[in-house]
Amino acid sequence: MAAIENGKREESVLRNAFGNVLSFFILLLIGILAFSIRLFSVIKYESVIHEFDPYFNYRVTQFLTKNGIYDFWNWFDDRTWYPLGRVIGGTVYPGLTLTAGTLILNSLNIPLSVETVCVFTAPIFSANAAWATYLLTKEVKGTGAGLTAAALLAMVPSYISRSVAGSYDNEAVAIFALIFTFYLYIKTLNTGSLFYATLNALAYFYMVCSWGGYTFIINLIPMHALLCIVTGRYSSQLYIAYAPLVVLGTLLAALVPVVGFNAVMTSEHFASFLVFIIIHVVALVYYIKGILSPKMFKVAVTLIISAGLAVCCAVMAVLIAMVATSPTKGWSGRSLSLLDPTYASKYIPIIASVSEHQPPTWPSYFMDINVLAFLVPAGIIACFLPLSDASSFVILYIVTSVYFSGVMVRLMLVLAPAACIMSGIALSEAFSVFTRSIKFQLPALLQSEKVDAGETSTDTAVTQTDAAKPAKSEEIVKERPSKKNKKKEKEPVEKATVRSRIQKKLLVLPLEASVIAILLLVLLGAFYVVHCVWAAAEAYSAPSIVLTSRTHDGLHVFDDFREAYAWLRHNTDVDDKVASWWDYGYQTTAMANRTVIVDNNTWNNTHIATVGTAMSSPEKAAWEIFNSLDVKYVLVVFGGLVGYPSDDINKFLWMVRIGGGVFPHIKEPDYLRDGQYRIDSQATPTMLNCLMYKLSYYRFVETDGQAFDRVRRTEIGRKHFKLTHFEEVFTTHHWMVRIYKLKPPKNRIRGKTKRAKSQKSSSTTSTKGSSRKRNPWQ
Amino acid sequence: MEARLCLIFFLLPILSFLSLSDAHDLQIVNAERRIDLTSHIVKVFLTFKVENTGTSPASEFLLAFPPAQADHLALVKAAVATGKKKKKTYIPLDVNPTELPDAPNGAKFASISLKNPLNAGETATFEVLLELTHSLEPFPAEISQSESQLVYYHDSAIILSPYFIKQQTTFIKTPSTRVESFSRVDPTNRVGTELKYGPYADRAPYSFSPIIIHFENNNPFAVVEELVREIEVSHWGSLQITEHYKLAHAGARHKGVFSRVEYQSRPTISGISSFKHLLALLPPRVHSVYYRDEIGNISSSHLRSDSRKSELEIEPRYPLFGGWKATFVIGYGLPLQDFLFESPDGRRYVNFSFGCPLLETVVDKLTIKVVLPEGSQDPSAEVPFPVEQHLETSYSYLDVVGRTVVVLEKTNVVPEQNTPFQVYYTFKPFFMLAEPLMLASAFFLFFVACVAYLHMDFSISKS
Repeated sequence: MAAIENGKREESVLRNAFGNVLSFFILLLIGILAFSIRLFSVIKYESVIHEFDPYFNYRVTQFLTKNGIYDFWNWFDDRTWYPLGRVIGGTVYPGLTLTAGTLILNSLNIPLSVETVCVFTAPIFSANAAWATYLLTKEVKGTGAGLTAAALLAMVPSYISRSVAGSYDNEAVAIFALIFTFYLYIKTLNTGSLFYATLNALAYFYMVCSWGGYTFIINLIPMHALLCIVTGRYSSQLYIAYAPLVVLGTLLAALVPVVGFNAVMTSEHFASFLVFIIIHVVALVYYIKGILSPKMFKVAVTLIISAGLAVCCAVMAVLIAMVATSPTKGWSGRSLSLLDPTYASKYIPIIASVSEHQPPTWPSYFMDINVLAFLVPAGIIACFLPLSDASSFVILYIVTSVYFSGVMVRLMLVLAPAACIMSGIALSEAFSVFTRSIKFQLPALLQSEKVDAGETSTDTAVTQTDAAKPAKSEEIVKERPSKKNKKKEKEPVEKATVRSRIQKKLLVLPLEASVIAILLLVLLGAFYVVHCVWAAAEAYSAPSIVLTSRTHDGLHVFDDFREAYAWLRHNTDVDDKVASWWDYGYQTTAMANRTVIVDNNTWNNTHIATVGTAMSSPEKAAWEIFNSLDVKYVLVVFGGLVGYPSDDINKFLWMVRIGGGVFPHIKEPDYLRDGQYRIDSQATPTMLNCLMYKLSYYRFVETDGQAFDRVRRTEIGRKHFKLTHFEEVFTTHHWMVRIYKLKPPKNRIRGKTKRAKSQKSSSTTSTKGSSRKRNPWQ
Repeated sequence: MEARLCLIFFLLPILSFLSLSDAHDLQIVNAERRIDLTSHIVKVFLTFKVENTGTSPASEFLLAFPPAQADHLALVKAAVATGKKKKKTYIPLDVNPTELPDAPNGAKFASISLKNPLNAGETATFEVLLELTHSLEPFPAEISQSESQLVYYHDSAIILSPYFIKQQTTFIKTPSTRVESFSRVDPTNRVGTELKYGPYADRAPYSFSPIIIHFENNNPFAVVEELVREIEVSHWGSLQITEHYKLAHAGARHKGVFSRVEYQSRPTISGISSFKHLLALLPPRVHSVYYRDEIGNISSSHLRSDSRKSELEIEPRYPLFGGWKATFVIGYGLPLQDFLFESPDGRRYVNFSFGCPLLETVVDKLTIKVVLPEGSQDPSAEVPFPVEQHLETSYSYLDVVGRTVVVLEKTNVVPEQNTPFQVYYTFKPFFMLAEPLMLASAFFLFFVACVAYLHMDFSISKS
């Protein structure tokens, strides 16, 4: 008997070891998958930084590696937001750049350029994120669910869209930090270990360094803690998981310059403090309950409630007073637009103008999380069987992130890990049910086929396996809690018995049904994989600074943006100022190394409105605005010749709106004919005379004689006109970027009266005087 | 034989001193000069027939240049032609810059050492090639997109020489028939694209007669302001070359508007002096070629390669007009066995071509860095013309002591100077294994540490 026991134990040890090695290799493969699925952009295009914001991060990283960390904190950038400048060190989330900066292996003399490191940071961190997902899901529902969730996350399109090679943005690192923070929280919750609690605070610190989305963590975890308290699941583990995080995390968060005192002053963080107070009150109540008799306890409760209420009221009053002093009630614009989806479109056009801040459409859910959308409900149900602290956290996570993703497309990214975890749980539970039912019936089936006579023996076999299985599952379930804290052991054992009872109750599904169901699930998974690969290869890999189009005579490359930036970089003076719409600000500073007026940081609405006003003003007024800003070149993006849809004419209404929001003489209806935005012969005179129209279509008619705009699919309204205050200095090969130079002010003197005037005052003041009404920049 | 050679080498300085002292004993019987102005590199072919009228044998012949020309002089080559017309072979002669104490108006000199000293009364014929850079001055200095480029060329109708010249003629070839103006020094004649000055007879030493030619030249004035070529030698089988270019259009500056519509619709008239292609001649069997700049790959390039040569046609991101600049990097790999050899004394040497692979370009400042493998010693470079040399150390993949870098620097380089040069060094094959061994031992130690960690108990209290 003992020998058999020993053999069994040995076998289980071997099996465990085998399972560990297997899951290690699966994880390794998942990491490779996560990394390599994101390399489509490098293979199809080139190893280059993508889009807009990554260029800023790239520039910051270059500065960091060149000048060191101390100069970085004190960096005042005078090449953007001219003439205001920007304090980079204090307004940037440094996590990403510091990470990439340390990745550069200069100590080993490996000549990796900053660009290479920046390009591959995102794929590396998505592998990390997949592993973090495994850890988190393993804490919630075991290894199988963890592996499934990690594999799903490695290729979820929503996350790929933000982390393809070259997409060097905060989110790439932040999603890993987010999941890892959640994992450590759950781990602390399950073990009650202070070690993990400290790690949790550090992970939270890393998240704060990385992304503004850290407020999601600092609101979600208090919500979960509150949920646990309200549902009567308060335990010392919860206290250990929560209290150190708030204290340490807030202290650490305040160290990040961009957060600073916001960590204690803004409303985004108040929920955590409130729950911090509540959890202490609850802890005190539990403590007192433990040392007092029930009768005394009742007395104490009434006493404390009356006193506590008074204190609470006082604290609340102070808080409310503090919050009320700030104009936005302590909430930042983006947070407010999260709570009230209509807020941005009503008050802040600059937030509403960004396409990634729009609410998503239904197809985008299917595009971004694909079949996970259908698996999530099943995962939620699986989380309720049985409900633990960890699974309730995951449920809370998915519910909140579904809401947030419904407000902003961008936050689909937060939903993706939750959806992956849920689907992972759902898939692995489903698989375990189906495989178990196959496993129960398969031997029976085989035996009945082999042995015709001997039904009794098969019956006993079934019962034997049936009896053996629950015992085994009980064993497995028991094994897990034994690693955990001893205090917790009672509960899991109870849980385990509950589960085994459920398993006993669970009818074994018919063999055919389960086989078909497994096949269908595999098919579903295959569909998901195909979709993900397609999304990674086709939809999300375009770097957006290089465009390609495939025609019957081969591949055409449109490299106009870099052509224009390279021209600016080499053929203009180093201190020249370039005005463009803010979308191109980061790229201009990073690629052309020229000073810009506004950029993608959009911290100063008035400044952006000034540029918007200039673009929507007639030539002369625009010249005056630009001249007062010391601008020498104006850059516009024009897609009419080749049919590039996201050009400045299509963005123009936002310029009008943002400009008109600050300078009321710009009125949106002036640019619309019967509420319609058009540039053909029906367009309004204001539209046809504004600077943006003129700079976009200057001499456009000479290309085909028709002036047919391929984006708007119409002939333009005004074809022949001359520029009086601007001159064309560069247009790229496909006309996608056009650069104009401001003509120098004229020094011609018209009449005698004017001469007398101009003799008194200098020419600049006279132009100022005459344009006082129109020039908003004063 | 050897003794005689030694004797010649020993005697040469003395002879040269002698010949300098009585330079005027030589006289030029006939001089013909052909100046080629078709590209932006001015090429001057001189043919001299020299007679020794003195008593002592002369072994040196002096060329004189006005100081303005001397600054732009990139190359002086002299050769003696032997054989008949079809089977002409050229024997190169040594040319060294020299100083003369009594040179009038700061004229600069170069001395040609003749193959055989010219005895009294003998005559010799030899040819000289001069290449001048930055010698065409655009006028007007700024042109708009639709104008073509006009340039000035300054020279003397009479060859500047410390010798008496009996007879001389100068032919000047212009790229097109459009010549706005030219100085007349009779007899002067112009036929088609050729201007003829002379023949002039019996001109005294140091005669000078300035001329200006104002003509159209729309050839690309492609100047590489700075070129850094890095040649990295790896004994694992490849030679990696990285070339950093700073390219400029050194012609008349572009003024005012650049209109893309005109440039695209009227390519023959508009922007005629601008250029958008460059051709680089790379060695055969070139692989992994890339062409990029600081913001990424430049997609407009074509590589054609066959067994004898590789041609890389590159287009900068935008057409270059006068005064416009562009920077880019070209990199490629080459098989090592084509360029690394072992010399008879056991040392190894890299044999690579000096100069810039781009055709028809001038390099203002050329830096060649030959990165030798880690552990190589006693590097020395052999270049057929004077260059500045020094050594550096660079660090790359897992280097500990660093790699020796031989740096060669030269200004004003013309395509004619794309001749091979050699870098000699000694190298022990053991050093090739140093880095793999280092990596292997690091991993080994890591695994040993892991194994040790798993087999030891570090807990403070036994539970």
